[in-house]
Amino acid sequence: MTTAHPSLSPEEIERLKAPARREKIYRILSYFSPLLLLLLWEVAAQVELIDRRFFPPPSAIAGTAWQMVASLELFEHIAATLRRVWVGYAMGAIPGVLLGLILGLSAPARRVLGPIFAALYPVPKIAILPLILLIFGVGDASKFVVIAIGVFFLMFYNTLGGVMQIPPMYLDVARNAGATKFQTFRRIALPSALPSIFTGLKLAAGSSYIIIAAAEFLGARSGVGFFIWASWQTFAVSRMFVGIVVISAMGYLTILALEALERRFVPWAKH
Amino acid sequence: MNVAVSQTGRTSGSADSASAIEVRNLVKAFYDASGDRITLATTNVNFTVRRGEFVCIVGPSGCGKTTVLRILAGLEQLLSGEVRIDSTTQPAMVFQEASVLPWLTVAQNVAFPLSLKGVPRQKQRDRVGELLALTGLTEFADAHPHQLSGGMKQRVSVARALVDDRDILLMDEPFGALDEQTRLTLQQELLRIWERTGKTVVFITHSVDEALTLADRVLVMSPRPGTIVADLPVPFERPRDVVEMRRDKRFWDLTYEVWRLLAASAED
Repeated sequence: MTTAHPSLSPEEIERLKAPARREKIYRILSYFSPLLLLLLWEVAAQVELIDRRFFPPPSAIAGTAWQMVASLELFEHIAATLRRVWVGYAMGAIPGVLLGLILGLSAPARRVLGPIFAALYPVPKIAILPLILLIFGVGDASKFVVIAIGVFFLMFYNTLGGVMQIPPMYLDVARNAGATKFQTFRRIALPSALPSIFTGLKLAAGSSYIIIAAAEFLGARSGVGFFIWASWQTFAVSRMFVGIVVISAMGYLTILALEALERRFVPWAKH
Repeated sequence: MNVAVSQTGRTSGSADSASAIEVRNLVKAFYDASGDRITLATTNVNFTVRRGEFVCIVGPSGCGKTTVLRILAGLEQLLSGEVRIDSTTQPAMVFQEASVLPWLTVAQNVAFPLSLKGVPRQKQRDRVGELLALTGLTEFADAHPHQLSGGMKQRVSVARALVDDRDILLMDEPFGALDEQTRLTLQQELLRIWERTGKTVVFITHSVDEALTLADRVLVMSPRPGTIVADLPVPFERPRDVVEMRRDKRFWDLTYEVWRLLAASAED
């Protein structure tokens, strides 16, 4: 923190560093700003501004959560949901990125195969859940598949968009430098599309948790979604909120982790 | 050995062993299918570039000079005519705007052609070190392009084009987007590098001033469809001083001559 410079006074250095320091403060604040909402809620519930039967104060929910943590009940559900999300996410993201790169670089592939994806994309993922349950059963396989389908399309279209926006000059540079098709794919298309791929990864993470919650409502014996549904059936509102908070926090932490990865791997893009 | 720029344009056997590039009756056109319209980009372009020569092609925007260069680089196909390139290697290209890859550092950008060929790491490092020193980029080796000025980025492009030591260097208005002072500095450095390496250079510009500063010969192109309307030798001795040569009366006479040709061809 005490960088010296021969021709600058400490005050000048201080002023010079101020914007970077502000930037750091904003980042730290951005981690905590969602907590403000909780605070408002707590106050509103305590002063009976909102109906406590439907919106128990966060402190009461925290009490319920603590009991569930102590009994380890919560962790089983979190683990079940996490495993389903991550397996399904990987199953959807990897082919999505690869096909996005291929169709982005190859105009013939795009023309021939593009309409297939365009036709399938608008099908609501939740709408085909019963069909998937029918085919893959009520076990984890059906959860993997329904998440993979949702993630696949987001990754496919974001990657495709990223590749289509590559400045043509980068491709000329690669050609002039003697790049093979595969080298153009790996050394030019993939890094060019990386900012869009990260946008896709974040969107897909959000939608994975939406899909898993719905999937666990309908056909599961474990998982945070199942837990929310079971709490509803017994009118255990506090427990229901624990489930909602937990699954929201899982989504939030996932996106934070992806943003950290993005800063690490896409340092040239602005944040 | 000849490198085929395009399958149709390839001829074997060399008419003049001293010429590095021969272009005969080059025609290039574009077809716009949606409007069913044909645009003739260049017509009957003829010129020769001798080995080790520095040739500038000057012409108005849209006259097809970039198209000619891209055909020489093998980035585009000609419609008819012949292009013969007498070299064991594909020509290296320095592009118009910043073509520096933003996800690579300066050193990695310069090393790019070598890394594609799988040159051993240590060899790459040595060669890149030489080029960074030659282009004055040594202290920026680990910088990312977004931290560099426009002039610095173009130095990176030049260093990258030189790194695998190809015989022919094609430059497409490389300094067009730079401010006057930076451009003059880079012109002087390019001349110094060219004198040291003895490359054959074809340099595209819309600046008459730049063409006369750099070239052994200036080819003047007409507006679209472009064709070569004049082939003027530039008499200044080497090595040149880009500032001092502006005191020479011949510089301004030639400037006038080229402008006259450009104006005359624009009226047709």
